[in-house]
Amino acid sequence: MQLTLEFGGGLELLCESVKIHKVNVDPPNGAEKFIMKDLLSWVHTNLIKERPEMFMKGDSVRPGVLVLVNDCDWELSGQLDTTLEDKDVVVFISTLHGG
Amino acid sequence: METNGGGGGSAADVSRILSELETLKTAKSDIECRISALEAQLRDSTITTTKNIEDKNDTVSNGSCPLISAVHSNINHDLTPDSVYRYSRHLLLPSFGVQGQSNLLKSSILVIGAGGLGSPALLYLAACGVGRLGIVDHDVVELNNMHRQIIHTEAYIGQPKVKSAAATCRSINSTIQIVEYQEALRTSNALEILSQYDIVVDATDNAPSRYMISDCCVVLGKPLVSGAALGLEGQLTVYNYNGGPCYRCLFPTPPPTSACQRCSDSGVLGVVPGIIGCLQALEAIKIAGAVGEPLSGRMLLFDALSARIRIVKIRGRSSQCEVCGENSAFTQQQFKNFDYEKFTQAPLSTLPVKLNLLPADSRISSKEYKEKIDNGEAHVLVDVRPAHHFKIVSLPNSINIPLASLEVRLPEISEALKEEDNSGSGASLYVVCRRGNDSQRAVQCLQKMGFDSARDIIGGLESWGHDVDPNFPTY
Repeated sequence: MQLTLEFGGGLELLCESVKIHKVNVDPPNGAEKFIMKDLLSWVHTNLIKERPEMFMKGDSVRPGVLVLVNDCDWELSGQLDTTLEDKDVVVFISTLHGG
Repeated sequence: METNGGGGGSAADVSRILSELETLKTAKSDIECRISALEAQLRDSTITTTKNIEDKNDTVSNGSCPLISAVHSNINHDLTPDSVYRYSRHLLLPSFGVQGQSNLLKSSILVIGAGGLGSPALLYLAACGVGRLGIVDHDVVELNNMHRQIIHTEAYIGQPKVKSAAATCRSINSTIQIVEYQEALRTSNALEILSQYDIVVDATDNAPSRYMISDCCVVLGKPLVSGAALGLEGQLTVYNYNGGPCYRCLFPTPPPTSACQRCSDSGVLGVVPGIIGCLQALEAIKIAGAVGEPLSGRMLLFDALSARIRIVKIRGRSSQCEVCGENSAFTQQQFKNFDYEKFTQAPLSTLPVKLNLLPADSRISSKEYKEKIDNGEAHVLVDVRPAHHFKIVSLPNSINIPLASLEVRLPEISEALKEEDNSGSGASLYVVCRRGNDSQRAVQCLQKMGFDSARDIIGGLESWGHDVDPNFPTY
């Protein structure tokens, strides 16, 4: 299935300064659905080119990163267990502190 | 003057008269403005004083603008005639109107930070007629602030931002109360200051301040309009409003310090915090005026480069939140004792950190480096700043190898050292960066890779500009 991934708030620097990625992913072997947990490990392997610790901590995103699935906080859809569907838009954004 | 009485009058006369008329008319309008401002000030100050003084005042301002106009017209609100005129364009808005303006005039808003976000926020909040406007900032105005901190003028460089911002606000609207807090916000003074306001605007620039202000708003029950900007992006939301989430509901664990970039390191396009600051003013005005739907439970994400604004739904108040959650017992006393710098591993002030990673014999001062150049010592100078920094300014004959690519580009350093080594006794290797932190990291790496003689220049290019060459541009 096709997903649109967007990185912002400085996270794009971890993937060669490209903010928007159109990607094709498939459920891992034997699984019926593709969940956020699968996506994080896919992103970690395929898109993050440097300092992975700035993106992940354990099996989730590091503190200070908001994850939005179709413009909605992933906290409201089940976090790592959120099921993704074709054409979904997933945004990873680092919180800013400057002013 | 000789032709003054002449009936006909030459073309020069006409032009002189016209110009004098123009000057007088300008002066007249200035004086009228001043009179109306003073009358408004007088009226405001007499409202709270005794009847005795009020009676006297009646005779004083017995001029073009009568105090008790309600006698002659039917007015069901507390706006003065001057306020009606000044805010007329607000009053004409059906969805804002007299009620919205009246609410605004009775409200109090505290803006923390008079920088990139605070500048436009304060300008609009002063102009729109917030009754009492507080400004907190401990910093002074610097030349490199001017491109985005538009409330300040060049004349105030070196002076406290609070003083400068307050003066501009007063010059825009002399009828509102402006309160200056020329101090850094700390847990020791935050409760005292924030408790005096209805709404708080977070226009600060660092993580510990953001946690501190949010927590303080929770214990005091104040809505918080929070904005942030960096580079070409901005973010905006309203916390702790009407049962909505607080900053900690969203970010229970502070981010690593390496993820907290500052404008002074990463840069910021001036208009970006300008836009977010304006939106902060808007949200504060909506809450104060009790109109519309404040941006609570939602977050606005602004990407200037691609011209995209996205408004996303964020989580509600977390029952597990350590500060605002159901079982939280975060009290004012706990707030006072909380160490926000320790919690976030970051300083509340934005002073750049000064690392000290190397022994003294692995470092030289910028003055010593100057002597080495003057003595013609064979050496290589590696500048480890990012390439776009190197483009701003660099020392002559330095080679740019950014820290991130240092390890893969070691052969270039070996090559350069060989080339410089004319006498056969070896060339020295020096490393420089902007402030002298990355240069130490680079020396650590170089020494590990066998470049034992690598040394860094203490304080970097900043100290070169300070101690050696005052004409060297700093940024």
